[in-house]
Amino acid sequence: MAERSFKKEVEKLKLGAGEEFAGEGILAVTKALLQSGVAYVGGYQGSPISHLMDVLSDAEEILSELGVHFETSASEAAAAAMAAASVNYPLRGAVTWKSTVGTNVASDALANLASGGVTGGVVVIVGEDYGEGSSIMQERTHAFAMKSQMWLIDPRPNLPSIVDAVEHAFELSEASHTPVFLEMRIRSCHVHGRFAAKDNRPPRMPLRSAVENPKRDVNRIVLPPASFLHEQEKIKERWPAAVRYIKEHRLNEMFDGEREDIGIIVQGGIYNSLIRTLEQLNLSDIYGRTKIPLYVMNVAYPLIDDEIVDFCRGKRAVLLVEEGQPNYIEQAVNSILREAGLDTRLAGKSMLPKAGEYTVQVLRAGIVSFLAAHDPDYRAPTDPISLVTAALEKIRGHIPARPPGLCTGCPERPVFSSLKMLQKEMGDFHVSADIGCHLFSILPPFEIGNTTMGYGLGAAGASAFNTPSDKPPIAIMGDGGFWHNGLTSGIGNAVFNKSEALTIIVDNNYAAATGGQDLLSTKSGSPRRSMRHPIEKAVRGVGVEWAKTVQTYDIASMRRALKEAVTRKGTGPKVLVAQSECMLNRQRREKPQFAKSVQEGRRVVRDRFGVDADTCTGDHACVRLSGCPSLTIKPNPDPLKSQPVSHVDNSCVGCGHCGEVAHEAVLCPSFYRARLVFNPGAMDKLLWKLRQGAIGWMSRRNERHLAQAL
Amino acid sequence: MAASGERPITIAMLALGGQGGGVLSNWLVDLAEANGYLAQSTYVAGVAQRTGATVYCVEMLRRAAVEAEGRPPVFAQYPVPGDVDVVIASELAETGRAIEKGFVTPNATTLIASSHRDYAISEKSALGDGIMDLRPVIEAAREVAQRFICFDMAARARETSSVISAVIFGAIAASDALPFQREQFEAVIRASGRAVETNLAGFSAGFAGARGSITADVTAADDDMPIATPNGPAGQALAARIDGMLPVQCRNIALHGALRTLSYQDEDYAALYLDRLARITSLDRQNSDGHALTRAVARELALQMCYEDTIRVAEIKTRAHRLDGIGKDIGAAPGQPWYVTEYFHPRFEEVCDTLPAGLAARALASPRIRRWTAPLFRSGRNVSTNKFWGYCFLSALARLRRWRRKTWRFTVQQQHIEDWLEAVAQTAANDYEGAIALAESIEIVRGYGETYERGLTRYRAMLQTSARTAPGKKADVLRRLRTAALADEEGSMFEKTLSEARH
Repeated sequence: MAERSFKKEVEKLKLGAGEEFAGEGILAVTKALLQSGVAYVGGYQGSPISHLMDVLSDAEEILSELGVHFETSASEAAAAAMAAASVNYPLRGAVTWKSTVGTNVASDALANLASGGVTGGVVVIVGEDYGEGSSIMQERTHAFAMKSQMWLIDPRPNLPSIVDAVEHAFELSEASHTPVFLEMRIRSCHVHGRFAAKDNRPPRMPLRSAVENPKRDVNRIVLPPASFLHEQEKIKERWPAAVRYIKEHRLNEMFDGEREDIGIIVQGGIYNSLIRTLEQLNLSDIYGRTKIPLYVMNVAYPLIDDEIVDFCRGKRAVLLVEEGQPNYIEQAVNSILREAGLDTRLAGKSMLPKAGEYTVQVLRAGIVSFLAAHDPDYRAPTDPISLVTAALEKIRGHIPARPPGLCTGCPERPVFSSLKMLQKEMGDFHVSADIGCHLFSILPPFEIGNTTMGYGLGAAGASAFNTPSDKPPIAIMGDGGFWHNGLTSGIGNAVFNKSEALTIIVDNNYAAATGGQDLLSTKSGSPRRSMRHPIEKAVRGVGVEWAKTVQTYDIASMRRALKEAVTRKGTGPKVLVAQSECMLNRQRREKPQFAKSVQEGRRVVRDRFGVDADTCTGDHACVRLSGCPSLTIKPNPDPLKSQPVSHVDNSCVGCGHCGEVAHEAVLCPSFYRARLVFNPGAMDKLLWKLRQGAIGWMSRRNERHLAQAL
Repeated sequence: MAASGERPITIAMLALGGQGGGVLSNWLVDLAEANGYLAQSTYVAGVAQRTGATVYCVEMLRRAAVEAEGRPPVFAQYPVPGDVDVVIASELAETGRAIEKGFVTPNATTLIASSHRDYAISEKSALGDGIMDLRPVIEAAREVAQRFICFDMAARARETSSVISAVIFGAIAASDALPFQREQFEAVIRASGRAVETNLAGFSAGFAGARGSITADVTAADDDMPIATPNGPAGQALAARIDGMLPVQCRNIALHGALRTLSYQDEDYAALYLDRLARITSLDRQNSDGHALTRAVARELALQMCYEDTIRVAEIKTRAHRLDGIGKDIGAAPGQPWYVTEYFHPRFEEVCDTLPAGLAARALASPRIRRWTAPLFRSGRNVSTNKFWGYCFLSALARLRRWRRKTWRFTVQQQHIEDWLEAVAQTAANDYEGAIALAESIEIVRGYGETYERGLTRYRAMLQTSARTAPGKKADVLRRLRTAALADEEGSMFEKTLSEARH
């Protein structure tokens, strides 16, 4: 059950010829896959391609109608391995993941696939998580394409171009027997636009007829001597075939301009930003009628030497806009020009920053300096930023940073509150963190976690510290990472190597960070999948003796379990499964149910927490152990006090964490829980009346003397 | 350049997680597409998907203009500084961020911002007042925006039981920055079919808010203390005494303090408060800044005299207007039952605080008693204040007030106050500014449990350091120490500053 429902989007996948699709870029890709006649789709969710997976998860009806197998793979490696179906059979398939992290995980299978080559078209849709908003290391998928000889399509970021690119990608893949990357940048995945839909196509060959009529070709298997054959094939056959296809179908685009002596070469994905920069410099209009000729590389790899030579011939200088580093394209273009004997000057990272995202601001500076060097007559209009520099100076240092944090009521919060309390008691521990929402623990207010080495690698990241110690390392792992590979790479190996480390597995029922997808251990049932496999059972199965499952909100038990785990010796690795459902998913399920119950007259209660401003002394120790978005501050209503007081705002979901922390950390008596009863029964009403009467009488008596005096 | 033509309208929006930025961006696209425009939207959420800020970008261009050109326009994937027509910031700090990113420029931009604050974790987790001063953001906004519309949109959303995105949508309509009429905006909300009534109410509030937008109120400093008004005879007597005893600049704060001590204990206690204050006033110099020392002492003395012991906490928890307030807060209808549960976790020390002094002294000195009673203090206690026995328990505790003078903490606290006053008085003799800083230093002694002990330890260290610091330098040293004392829990900053101060 993903965080949101994709029912509406699923409807869009059904559109046929003559209809217009309107929606997000990544959903346009999904539709294009169905239009291309894919037989199978696999992948591993992650920003920015999660929605592709989510919408197909909800699209059972269309998929079975067309005969398409869809699977949420266990990892990117598993997804890439799925493409093995296209090696021997003319089956088209697509796999997807977040890159470069996913490509790294997939690399084993992907390199094998690229070596043997494919019969049916394989398109790998990578969500290139680069630049602002990215959550991973800043690298390029480009490098992988080069080293494994896969083609990399980087289309102009508008829906018609993206959809065309998907269709061409399959053709290109089949024409050159090579899997093809389709690179989708973050903004392109989330862009809302339109394109003319086509009918969906069932696969050319049903999966069933392939599996029942197996074909085998030993030359497609990566083992000597075929592996040496593959290398020769890549260079002598597949590469030239790809170049032929790209040229014939004009996948790259040339845009003429009146300036014939200079030009710009740009990756397709950067085209829009480039045009808007040129527009601001009075060198293009909003429709892309440019004064400077452009060569747009919708295929970023391989390069088409002839096209580049043709474009550069007769030009004094060409600017290459290549985002990311190292500057592979620039190096290659330089060598192409040299071999062709052209003396066109190539400017690239000498004019533009060597690293980082190429926004309009960045491009503007680069183009202005390029023109300054090669067109002394050009005068750039005033940079609008220069109008505001004084104001920018004024606010520098006056804007608080807003690091991401756990959601309101998040069940992971109590785990880190407990860990923080444990560290206060016993001193700091070495904590090996993992990928997932729980990695927010490294930020304020918890500041817990020393390293993160990859998805599901939390326990493996602590494996070197398998040494006698009074303070064993603590590893964190999410349930997503656990099923991804942590069970074997982390827990299994810790048993095997007799480690004494503690691994905390944060089990919130879903792959929460990527949008709440189901897992093996998900508690809800689904007729299509087998779930409800407890993590504790799995770790016991691989030989863990000390394993416990604790409800995260029960901080007292959590603290006790943590303390026991780090002090007990000689039992091998310890695993603490911190269990409670992701609050986003829970709210999505329970909120409508609650409203329905209230409507139907059933007795239900709603909890909310609060802080008494009169007893709060403004120390905010509670915030430092929580960081809950709903636990905030407000100006002190007491005219004698200046510190802001803690305050629980309306977004509180009543998880009870702040009350538990106040108990466990012995904070202060300011927290209270207010429980409102909806549709009270007769007994409820009677008790309420009696209590109100008695308490009212007592409180009036108590306060009479005060009122008189004051 | 070539075919100047029509340019797209660009809207940039900075919203926090949960503020409905995605919904608003969809509304804008729907608005444009329903009224003869082509639109594109995109956003970058990334790692900030949960609670951080998201930037949305919407561009729209007249369909007829595009058709006349015969080719599709190139929409931007990110707001282009200098070309942004409307910038929306759903919170004040985000307004600063929008300016910082260069989206707001005087040649083009209508800036629509909510003046409310959604505090960042660094502001919330400070040991004292960590709220950032955002007045420069308002000043900068006035400078760089072509037009600046700013009001508390969160409040309008609350008042209309709506969401801030609806209020913002109304504000955009009212700004006339987009070529659409109010009815066209409202039609989008109706067509969405979700929470139409409340969204329209929020929209109207936003529309009205933007039309009457006053940006001055966000900058107005709110230092003025409300006027204290006694209603009963005892309070009035205190007011009369203050009028005769203190210069006019100190009277209000002193009356606040006196009334606080009166409600905390009794008339004698309030009289003691004024006696103590009188001693300081007599030392206070007649200087132009209005008896700063008396005012500082008036504030801190009241707070120290009205320390939060279990009696005080019980009294606050059982106040009728507190309980009424909670009921109102959670939206309880008349006759709808609701119950409040307090989370108490008193420690051995807090219980001793409320015991008779002699008994407490013996208990605190005996490790054996501490050990024997330890199980009693291991876990917290929940008390239901508006159920019968819970109320009786707390009410009885509150009534211990009449024996408070005999409690251990009272004895300790009065000594602590006297020592402080003595130190302030001595310092005032040759370092007036230092005396004020010393008076203010005691502010860090507050709270419960560890917070209280930490504050007390650091305050004592400050007291000692002050005694060893030369007159004229005390104020600077004490103020730096106070900032350091509130810098972190562990005390590394305080230790560092302390050792600097001692050299």
